[in-house]
Amino acid sequence: MLESNKDSAKLDAMKRIVGMIAKGRNASELFPAVVKNVASKNIEIKKLVYVYLVRYAEEQQDLALLSISTFQRALKDPNQLIRASALRVLSSIRVPIIVPIMMLAIKDASADLSPYVRKNAAHAIQKLYSLDPEQKEMLIEVIEKLLKDKSTLVAGSVVMAFEEVCPERIDLIHKNYRKLCNLLVDVEEWGQVVIIHMLTRYARTQFVSPWKEDGGAEDSEKNFYESDDEQREGTERRKKPYAMDPDHRLLIRNTKPLLQSRNAAVVMAVAQLYWHISPKSEAGVISKSLVRLLRSNREVQYIVLQNIATMSIQRKGMFEPYLKSFYVRSTDPTMIKTLKLEILTNLANEANVSTLLREFQTYVRSQDKQFAAATIQTVGRCASSISEVSDSCLSGLVCLLSSRDEVVVAESVVVIKKLLQMRPAQHGEIIKHMAKLLDSITVPVARASILWLIGENCERVPKIAPDVLRKMAKSFTSEDDLVKLQILNLGAKLYLTNSKQTKLLTQYILNLGKYDQNYDIRDRTRFIRQLIVPNEKSGALSKYAKKIFLAQKPAPLLESPFKDRDHFQLGTLSHTLNTKAAGYLELSNWPEVAPDPSVRNVEVVELTKEWTPAGKAKKENPAKKFYSESEEEEDSSDSSSESESESGSESEEEADSSEDSSASSPNEQEGESASESEGRSKRTAKKSWKTRAKSDSEDEEKENEKSKSSDSSSAESSSAEGSSSDAESESESDSGPDSRKVTKEKEGRPKQARSTLPKDVSLLDLDDFNSVSTPVALPTPVLSPSLRADLEGLNLSTTSSVINVSSPVFVPMKTHVLLHRMSGKGLAAHYFFPRQPCIFGAKMVSVQITLNNTTDQKIENIHVGEKKLPAGMQMHAFSPVDSLEPEGSVTVSMGIDFCDSTQTASFQLCTKDDCFSVNIQPPVGELLLPVAMSEKDFKKEQGMLTGMNETSALIVATPQDFTPSVILQKVVNVANVGAVPSGQDHLHS
Amino acid sequence: MIHSLFLINSSGDIFLEKHWKSVVSRSVCDYFFEAQERATEAENVPPVIPTPHHYLLSVYRHKIFFVAVIQTEVPPLFVIEFLHRVVDTFQDYFGVCSEPVIKDNVVVVYEVLEEMLDNGFPLATESNILKELIKPPTILRTVVNTITGRPGGDKEFLKTDWVTPRGSGAVSPLLLERVFSCVYERSTNVGDQLPTGQLSVVPWRRTGVKYTNNEAYFDVIEEIDAIIDKSGSTITAEIQGVIDACVKLTGMPDLTLSFMNPRLLDDVSFHPCVRFKRWESERILSFIPPDGNFRLLSYHVSAQNLVAIPVYVKHSISFRDSSALGRFEITVGPKQTMGKTIEGVLVSSQMPKGVLNMSLTPSQGTHTFDPVTKMLSWDVGKINPQKLPSLKGTMSLQAGAPKPDENPTVNLQFKIQQLAISGLKVNRLDMYGEKYKPFKGIKYMTKAGKFQVRT
Repeated sequence: MLESNKDSAKLDAMKRIVGMIAKGRNASELFPAVVKNVASKNIEIKKLVYVYLVRYAEEQQDLALLSISTFQRALKDPNQLIRASALRVLSSIRVPIIVPIMMLAIKDASADLSPYVRKNAAHAIQKLYSLDPEQKEMLIEVIEKLLKDKSTLVAGSVVMAFEEVCPERIDLIHKNYRKLCNLLVDVEEWGQVVIIHMLTRYARTQFVSPWKEDGGAEDSEKNFYESDDEQREGTERRKKPYAMDPDHRLLIRNTKPLLQSRNAAVVMAVAQLYWHISPKSEAGVISKSLVRLLRSNREVQYIVLQNIATMSIQRKGMFEPYLKSFYVRSTDPTMIKTLKLEILTNLANEANVSTLLREFQTYVRSQDKQFAAATIQTVGRCASSISEVSDSCLSGLVCLLSSRDEVVVAESVVVIKKLLQMRPAQHGEIIKHMAKLLDSITVPVARASILWLIGENCERVPKIAPDVLRKMAKSFTSEDDLVKLQILNLGAKLYLTNSKQTKLLTQYILNLGKYDQNYDIRDRTRFIRQLIVPNEKSGALSKYAKKIFLAQKPAPLLESPFKDRDHFQLGTLSHTLNTKAAGYLELSNWPEVAPDPSVRNVEVVELTKEWTPAGKAKKENPAKKFYSESEEEEDSSDSSSESESESGSESEEEADSSEDSSASSPNEQEGESASESEGRSKRTAKKSWKTRAKSDSEDEEKENEKSKSSDSSSAESSSAEGSSSDAESESESDSGPDSRKVTKEKEGRPKQARSTLPKDVSLLDLDDFNSVSTPVALPTPVLSPSLRADLEGLNLSTTSSVINVSSPVFVPMKTHVLLHRMSGKGLAAHYFFPRQPCIFGAKMVSVQITLNNTTDQKIENIHVGEKKLPAGMQMHAFSPVDSLEPEGSVTVSMGIDFCDSTQTASFQLCTKDDCFSVNIQPPVGELLLPVAMSEKDFKKEQGMLTGMNETSALIVATPQDFTPSVILQKVVNVANVGAVPSGQDHLHS
Repeated sequence: MIHSLFLINSSGDIFLEKHWKSVVSRSVCDYFFEAQERATEAENVPPVIPTPHHYLLSVYRHKIFFVAVIQTEVPPLFVIEFLHRVVDTFQDYFGVCSEPVIKDNVVVVYEVLEEMLDNGFPLATESNILKELIKPPTILRTVVNTITGRPGGDKEFLKTDWVTPRGSGAVSPLLLERVFSCVYERSTNVGDQLPTGQLSVVPWRRTGVKYTNNEAYFDVIEEIDAIIDKSGSTITAEIQGVIDACVKLTGMPDLTLSFMNPRLLDDVSFHPCVRFKRWESERILSFIPPDGNFRLLSYHVSAQNLVAIPVYVKHSISFRDSSALGRFEITVGPKQTMGKTIEGVLVSSQMPKGVLNMSLTPSQGTHTFDPVTKMLSWDVGKINPQKLPSLKGTMSLQAGAPKPDENPTVNLQFKIQQLAISGLKVNRLDMYGEKYKPFKGIKYMTKAGKFQVRT
C-alpha cells in the first residue's frame, strides 16, 4: 500500500505501521518503503513517517541517509512548524555520519526568527551532544547564544541543554542571571522547574550563606525579618552586618509567586530553592504550599512526603502547625502511611506528644499490620527522644505484648528491648513478662531480643534466666540462626555469673553449636568456648571474659531513616532513592567570600516581555519595539544614566563604566578574576550589541531617517556641556570629533552616509577609565526618583546618602497628544513632562495635562476613570475638573509611577457623559532625574548598582553640529539629565 | 529526561510503548513487575523504582500504569506531574482514558505523545495547543472521513470513535458546521500551522475563538476532609476548594472575579492565566481565560476557621469473642447543613478479614457486601431529617478466629448543592476587552473529600 499513488492508502498503511511500533512489534523491514514517503506532501503521512524514522533510523543508518536531503529542504521552509519538526526529526535520527549536518542545522536554527524553532534547536543540542560528545565546544557556543535569548519559550529548553551539556560552565549564566530571574514567572512550567534547579546550584556558588547569623537567634529575629520584607521588598536589610546580595534577593523574591503554581513539580522546585538558599527565617513560607500538594495523587504525595520528612528533621518548627495534615487515614496506601508516620515522629515534642500518642493508639490497632508495626517503632522513637513520656510509652508497649497479632507483639518486643537498653533502670517485671512470652512467640527477631535482654539482665532475674536457658537448650536445633546466636550468648553470660546452675547446660549448648550447619554459629561457639571454659591454653583473655561479656553496652540510637538524606538536594531523584543517581549534580557549599557580583551586570539590557506577538508589534510600531529593548527591567535596582528620545539620539553606555570602575577600585578583592570576567563581558557585550544592532537595524534606519530632519532643526544653544558621558568623553578627548569615525569603523557598522555614533564603552580601555579626572562634586544625572529610593536602601555605609536633585537643565516644551479632539468628542488633551520632582510622591514622574474644550458646550466633570496600569505602576489622578467652558482650556498635573519602565499607563479620561481610553507612554529620558553628588558618592552608588538599567539611544547630528552645546542640547532634549561642569572643553560626542 | 514510556494494564501486559531517545528494551519493565508483585496491591507499587541502568517512575490511573523510563537525575515530581498531564490529555481527547480507547486511537495517541515531548523534555502540554496540532477524534470527523472515503475512517468508526471529547457532548449546529468546514479544509487530523498559542504569552488560549452564545460558568466546589473519632468529635477537618470554570467566550475576554470574603482563602494555587500581582494587591482574580473547561483556582481554607461538619454517624459495631455473630448498626444524620439537603450519601467500610458475610437491612437505599474484598457499601441517597436512614443487622464471623483488634472505619461520601461550606461567596464577575454581554453563572457545591469516621 505504501507504493500506492493514493495518499489515503499510504496513510492507512502508515497508521498500521505506527500501530505495530506502538505495540512493540518489529517493523524495520519496511524501512525502504517507508523512507520513500518522507517527501510526501500530505502532512499527516509525513508526520507518521517521521515517527517511523525516529524509531528505526538508528538501526538502518544507510537507508536513513536517503531522507536527509528532504529535511535539509524542510529546514528552509517558510512555515515555522515545518522547520521545527524537520529539525526535530533530523536531530532525533541518531546517525553519526550526519553530525556535521546537524551542527549546521542547529546553528542556523538558533538564529531563527521563530522562538519555536529556537526552542527546538535547544533540544537538538542535547540530542547532538548525546550522539557525539566531541561537539561540546561548538555546542557550548550555541548554548551561550541561546542563553541570551529573551523569549520565554526558549529559556527553559536552553537551560535544560546547559544542564546536560556543560553544567560546569557556570560562567555562562552570569550575564543571564537577572534576565532568567525576571523571566521566570512567564516561562512555561516545565522550563521553570529546570531553571529553578539550575539557579539553586548557581546561587550556592555565587552568594555567601545567609544562614550564618540567623542560625542561632532565629526566633527572635523572625519578626524583624518578616515585617522588614513586607514593608520594602527589594531593598536590603542594611542594618545588618550581613547584607544579602541583591541578586540573591531577586531570585528569592521572583520565585515566591511560583509557590502558587498548579504544577507540583514547580512548587517542589521552589520549595527546595527556599530550603537551600533562602535565609532560614524565610523558608517557612514553603510549608503551606507543600502541605497543599498532599491533596493530589498518591505519587505526588509520596515524593512530597519524603521531602517533608527530610525537612522536618532539621527544622521542626516549619511543619508543626500542619501536624494534623499528616494524620493517617485508613484508606492511604501503606507507603504513604509510613511516611506520614515518619513525619509525625519527627514533629513530636513535649507539647504535642500526648495528642500524638493517642493518635498512635488508633494506628496500632490498624488492620494493616505492617503499618501497625511501623507505629510501634515510632512510639519507641518518641519514647527515646522525649523522656517525659517514655514511661507511659513503655507501659503502652507492654500492653501490646498481650496483643493477639504476632507481628505487633514481635515489634513491641524489639522496641521494648531497645528502650530498656537505653534506660537500664529496674525493669525486672517487664523482663519476666517477656520471658513468659518466649513460649508463644515465634518471630525470630523477637525471640532473639528477649534472650538478649535476659542475658544482659541475668543478675536481676536470677531464677528465670537458667530456666529459660534450659528451655532453649531443648529447642536449640530448631531455632533460627539469629536465635541460636543469642542462646549461645545467654549461655555464656549465665556461665560467667551463675556457673553452678548452668555449667552443664552451657556445655551442652556449646556442643550443639559446634556441629551446627551455619559457620557463624560454629565460629561463635568456638570463640565462646575458648573464652569462658578455662583450660591451659587460654591465658590472659579468659580472665577478662566477664568484662567482655557483661560490659556496659551503649544504647542504640533510634533514628529516622531520613536523617542523612539532606546531603542530597531536595526534590531530586537522588534524594528520593537516597543514592546518587547518574548525572546528579552536587550542590556545592556556600563560598566563604562571595565571588565578584559585577559579573552579572549586563551592558545591553535586552529584555522584552512580548505581550503582543512580536512580529506584529514590530510592524505596527517600530519605535515602540526599539525602546522596549532598553528598559523593562529596571525594577530590580539600578544602574546609571541614560538618554534617548522618540526621534533618535545617541548612545551612552554608562552601565559599563560601573563595571569597569568596580574592577579597578581598591576594594576589589579578586582583581584578577574580575578582569578576566571583564574581558569576557566585553566580548559578550560586543556580540550582543551586534546582534541587537542587526535585528534592529531596520527599525533604526527608519528612525534615523525621521530623526535626521527633525533633529537638525532642534539645535538650540545652551550652557556648558557634560552629561553623564564625561567618562567616555575624556577617554577619547584628544581625538575629538574624528573619533567617532574611528569608533564607527571599529564597530564595523555599515553606516557611512550618516554620522551616527553608536558609542560602545566596551571598546574603551580600562586604562582610559582610570585616567578619568573629573572634578569633585559633579552634578551627575542619575536615576529616576524611585531608582534613587532603591539606592538609598542599598547604601550600606553611614556616609551621607542624601541626593540633591538638581534642577532640570532644560525643559522641552514638546507636548504629546493624549486625546485628539475628534475622538474625544470635542475634548482634546495634551500632555508633557515638566521635569519637576513630582509633588504626589517621590517615585512618581509628574505629567501635565492640558485639556481643551473645542466644542460649543460646557464639558462637565472631567476626571480620571478606570485605570489599567501594568503591575506595580501607580498613578495619582488629577482632581476632577468640574466644568470646562467652550474654547476654554485648563492645565492639570498628575503623577505616575512608571516603575522605571516605559510601560504604557492606560486610563480612562471621563467626562460627565463619556469615557475615553487614553495612554501615556514615557520616553526613557523622562524617567530620569538629575541629581548632584560627589564623585565619591557616585562611584559608591555605581558600585552598588546591579546593572541592567542602562538604556541607550542614538542621537543623530550632522557633522557640522559637533559643538558641545549642540550636543548637550540634543541630549537634554531627550532626557532629563543635568549638566556637569567639566574642565575639558572637548566633549566627545 | 524521559526516555521511554510504557503503558501497562492491570494484567501486566505492555500494550503501548513510545521512545523519545534510543530504544529501551521492554524487558526493563521486568523490574517493575517484580515490584508490583511485592507490593501485592496496585496502590502500593512504589512510584520510583531503581534498576541497574534506568529508573522507573510510574503513576497509576484508570487501572493503567504509566511507566516512564529515565536514565539520569531528574526531579521525580517533574516526571510524575508530566505523566499525570499525559493522562489528563488522553482524557480530554477521548473522554475516557482506558486501555481499549487508547488501543483504538493508537495513532492519535502516538502523535500526541510525539508533540508533548521532544527528546524527553515537555514541548507542548496545554491541551488547547495540542488540539490545534492534532485534532481529537470526534464522531463527526469519523463520519466525514467515512463519507469522503478517507482511510481509517470506516474501521475506527465502527469500533469506538463514538466517544466524544468532553464539552462537545451536545452537538450544536454551529459546532457541526465548524467541524465540517475544518475537516474539509484540511482533510487531515494534523494541523499544519504552529498554534498561535505556542508563541504568545497566553499559550493557554487559542485566538479566533467564536461562539454565538457567550457563556461563562463557574463551579465553586468544596471538599471536606475530616477524621471523626469514635465519640463523634472531630480530630482533623479542613476544607479544600476548587473553582472549575467552563468559559465559552468569543475573542480575547479579560475577566475579573472578586469575592465577598477573600480572606477566607488561606492558600491558593492558580491556573497560569491568573495574574498573581493583582491577587496579591487586591485579592481579585484577573485573567484571560483558556477556552473551554479548566480549573481556575484551588484553595485551602485556613485551619483556624472551625469547619462545620454537616453530617454525623451513629454507629454500634461489636464483635464478640466467643460467638460467630457480630452486631452492626449505623445511622447517618444531618447536622449544621444550613438548611440544605444532603444528597448522594454513600457509606462504605472495609470490614475486617474475619467477617464472612453480613445480613443487613437498610431503612432506605441499597447496600452490598463483597465477601471477597470485605467491602461494605451502602448507597443511601438523600437524607430525610425526619426519618434518619439506618442500616442494621448481623455479621457472621469466621468461627474460631479471634475478634479483630479494631472496628472498621467508615468512609462517607455526600454532596450538598448550593452551599459552599466555608461560606465563600463570589461577589462579581466582570469582563473587559470585548463588547458583548456574556451569560454568567455560578454554582456552589460541597462534597465530602476524605471523610472518615473511626468506630
